[in-house]
Amino acid sequence: MSDDAGDDVESAATSRPASTRDLFFTFNRLALQGFGGVLAVAQQELVERKRWLTREEFVEMLALSQVLPGPNVVNLALMFGDRFFGLRGAAAAVGGMLVVPLFIVLVLTAAYGEFSHVPAVSGALRGMGAVAAGLIIATAAKLMKTLGTNRLGLPLAVTFAALTFVAIAWLRWPLVWVIVGLGSVAVAIAWVRSP
Amino acid sequence: MTLLHPALSAADLLGLFAHFLVLSLLAVGGAITTAPDMHRFVVDEHHWITDAQFSASVAIAQAAPGPNVLFVAVIGWNVAGPIGALATMSGTLLPSTALTLFATRWGSRRREARGMRAFTTGLTPLTIGLLVATGWLLARPYVGDGPQPVGALAVIGVSIAVMLRTRISPMWIVGFGAVVGALGWV
Repeated sequence: MSDDAGDDVESAATSRPASTRDLFFTFNRLALQGFGGVLAVAQQELVERKRWLTREEFVEMLALSQVLPGPNVVNLALMFGDRFFGLRGAAAAVGGMLVVPLFIVLVLTAAYGEFSHVPAVSGALRGMGAVAAGLIIATAAKLMKTLGTNRLGLPLAVTFAALTFVAIAWLRWPLVWVIVGLGSVAVAIAWVRSP
Repeated sequence: MTLLHPALSAADLLGLFAHFLVLSLLAVGGAITTAPDMHRFVVDEHHWITDAQFSASVAIAQAAPGPNVLFVAVIGWNVAGPIGALATMSGTLLPSTALTLFATRWGSRRREARGMRAFTTGLTPLTIGLLVATGWLLARPYVGDGPQPVGALAVIGVSIAVMLRTRISPMWIVGFGAVVGALGWV
């Protein structure tokens, strides 16, 4: 499926944020609904409820936010805010997404310090930690499907993924060397093979 | 652990901030993909927090509402209190934020350019390898040296299966993990 819209026609999105204030509170609300990650809620809120983006625009923005370094949903908020209100919009969207949740998580952290000796509390957190590991592995498994259409070709793409895993999880090499070393080789091959 | 007497020296705090600054620019595919390197730095290399504290930091951020990147603030908090959280969080956000704003404005017209395409294509497999490594390292304290390795493995397996097979919100899976954990099965 290749839907290269090409030009930046925004006609399909039926609405837009009214103000930076609107932006702040919308991102605040979607962040507060996001247990275990914000992405699914962001899609629901921005595309289906507010209709500020079409599904295609959302996917395109997400792809870019994944390629760029940094937290994906924060990058998404930055791009979205910047698109409508420039720097002020970017600040409003990111602030809305981070400020209140940051406060909550730090209060929880401080509280956890007090209660970590209660077996049920530390047990609950261990259980949630195991789920967190599972959610990340599941996300990786979902994304593995995209390797099939990767221009490197499936065998090479899987090789690079596997080498990255071995270098990081087993050999414990610093990430910077893995990205610079393996990444530049992968990008170079992709460059040669691209039309 | 107070603001005036943080657990770390000023030089160590600066080192913490600098390390997260660098990681910010390497966080292709999301902040969580740099978790293994944060682990290497704060646990293996400097022994500022333990393996279990590291996993608990990620778990708290995952359990709380909001973006998962907040685990970075929790790690900073556990290393050196509020000022530690400030160091890790600002280190993580400043470079990537500046770059993203710059790149969106610059790159929105060259989405299809050969260089951009090669960049995306080449880095996608690394992103996926990194995600698996992250899941692996997060699972290890529960599966490898935990009190209930079988229970932990079962919870991880169930989470993966439910995530892949159903459309149930991750919120409920996290809740399930909390209950099972509170009962002492993980």
